[in-house]
Amino acid sequence: MIKVEGLTKRYARATAVDNISFEVEKGQIVGFLGPNGAGKTTTMRMLTCFMPPSSGKAEVAGFDVVKSPMEVKKRIGYLPETPPLYPEMEVGEYLDFVGKLKGVPAGDLAKRVQEVAERCAVADVRTKLISKLSKGYKQRVGLAQAIIHNPDVLILDEPTSGLDPKQIMETRDLIRSLAGDHTIILSTHILTEVEQTCEQAIIIAKGKVMATDSVSALKNRRAGGSAVLVEVEATNEGQVREKLERISGVSRVVFKPVGTQGIVTFEVEGLSGKNIRPEIARAVVEAGWNLNELRPLGLSLEEVFLQLTSGAKPESAPAEAAPAAEEKESE
Amino acid sequence: MRGAWTICQKELHSYFASPVAYAVMALYALIFGFFFYSATAYFVEASMQSQMMGRSFPMNINEMIIRPVLMNTSVIGLFLIPMITMRLFAEEKRSGTIELLVTSPVSDLAIIVGKWLAAVLLYTTVILVAALSVIFLFAWGQPDVKPVLIGFFGLLLQGAGLIAIGAFISTTTKNQIIAGTAGFVISLLLWVIEWVSQFDTSTTGKVISYLSVVTHLEPFTKGVVDLKDVVFFASLIFLGLFLSARSLESLRWRA
Repeated sequence: MIKVEGLTKRYARATAVDNISFEVEKGQIVGFLGPNGAGKTTTMRMLTCFMPPSSGKAEVAGFDVVKSPMEVKKRIGYLPETPPLYPEMEVGEYLDFVGKLKGVPAGDLAKRVQEVAERCAVADVRTKLISKLSKGYKQRVGLAQAIIHNPDVLILDEPTSGLDPKQIMETRDLIRSLAGDHTIILSTHILTEVEQTCEQAIIIAKGKVMATDSVSALKNRRAGGSAVLVEVEATNEGQVREKLERISGVSRVVFKPVGTQGIVTFEVEGLSGKNIRPEIARAVVEAGWNLNELRPLGLSLEEVFLQLTSGAKPESAPAEAAPAAEEKESE
Repeated sequence: MRGAWTICQKELHSYFASPVAYAVMALYALIFGFFFYSATAYFVEASMQSQMMGRSFPMNINEMIIRPVLMNTSVIGLFLIPMITMRLFAEEKRSGTIELLVTSPVSDLAIIVGKWLAAVLLYTTVILVAALSVIFLFAWGQPDVKPVLIGFFGLLLQGAGLIAIGAFISTTTKNQIIAGTAGFVISLLLWVIEWVSQFDTSTTGKVISYLSVVTHLEPFTKGVVDLKDVVFFASLIFLGLFLSARSLESLRWRA
């Protein structure tokens, strides 16, 4: 449905998108993941024919964005980062206008407006001025606008940015419900969003594609490593460490000072493929200490993200930070 | 050209949903009314005097009222037209709605013509509201109808040309104040450029003063339609729309 080959966008001083290639199958939801300034919006703008690429090719539904932009535009629904709304219009009027603009036949227009208004849950505010709507409603009107001409491809630029948690959940549900009929690309810098809504993730940083992965593979990366955090009520740190180190399958024990009297916290790493948690629990209880907390650490999503987008391993990050801090002190 | 009418309707809606249309209409009617009143009062005074003197001059309503009023109001157009055109593109660029228009399956030209047409229609309404005063002349006098119509047609043509230029200026900035001010200055320049002919009688001077909108509006106010004046305003419209199209296109590679 979408085919991108060596797409590049150069500005006078910088290259925003550098030779990226990917493909999206029909009916999929793909998350375009990257930190701010990674080139997500620029890529989307090239796909929607808002700006031409400096080099490379992009095809949407078999049409080239440079050679036949009109055909591409007919088949794309686009929600920019700020929904393109006219505050002085009523919701119904606005959807009518966009429908006409996108070439919805006059006979079908009223029906289509009704349909998308219901689908995006904005039917109850159809006669309200857009300027009076809450942010969540505005976002949904923006989505309704994008699907009014029933496009093959939907391109959503940070569809949940600036919404409250409830609105975010609603918007994600709505986007999920649109998949199947539409092929969807959504951009975000929030990893859970990709995890919850997308099947495929394209991770992009500094204009380059760092990884193209199914979301399940991304989750595996996240679960990788079997480190656990142990919090014990004990006064003697050395005793606890000794005990933990003696457990079979434990490869490393790191003390994490918490500063509370009578509580010690350790990060315990196990050999891969071995569940060390039951052993730790038993050892702690048998020694007569209270076990306050025992939870798997894994790599956080943010760590996976940082790992992929900065190329630095998450483990080394604090290690690098520490000497830097010391240097400052010595100065 | 599909979409031009849709965009035109939307623009008209925006004008009339905001105070812009009403403000422009009211201000224009006010100043037109004043010009009209003073010209008529002067005319009445002069005709009374000539009667008292016992020798009545041939006095012409078209010459003495319509013509000066139209020339005066064309100057007011210079102030008011930028008020109409400044938001056309600047507002869409600021709010980001330009992305919706440009990624819709309509051509740039349709967007520009739609917006230009909406501004021209608003300007037409404004002139018509102001021109209501002229009807009183027909109630108490016998002016020629044709020169009056031609005069207003000239005013409209001049407006359409300045609107095209104003639309172009609006595509170049996100800031409505800048668009408005620049539109006003350019309009004013297109008017006062005629002064050159007063101190420069060379060919250059003639060419420069030929560019003045006043030079080309004047025959219309006398009731004369000259092809060269029509062509001038048509070229002004074409130039404005052409520059707008280029400027809108440049958004894409500059953006």
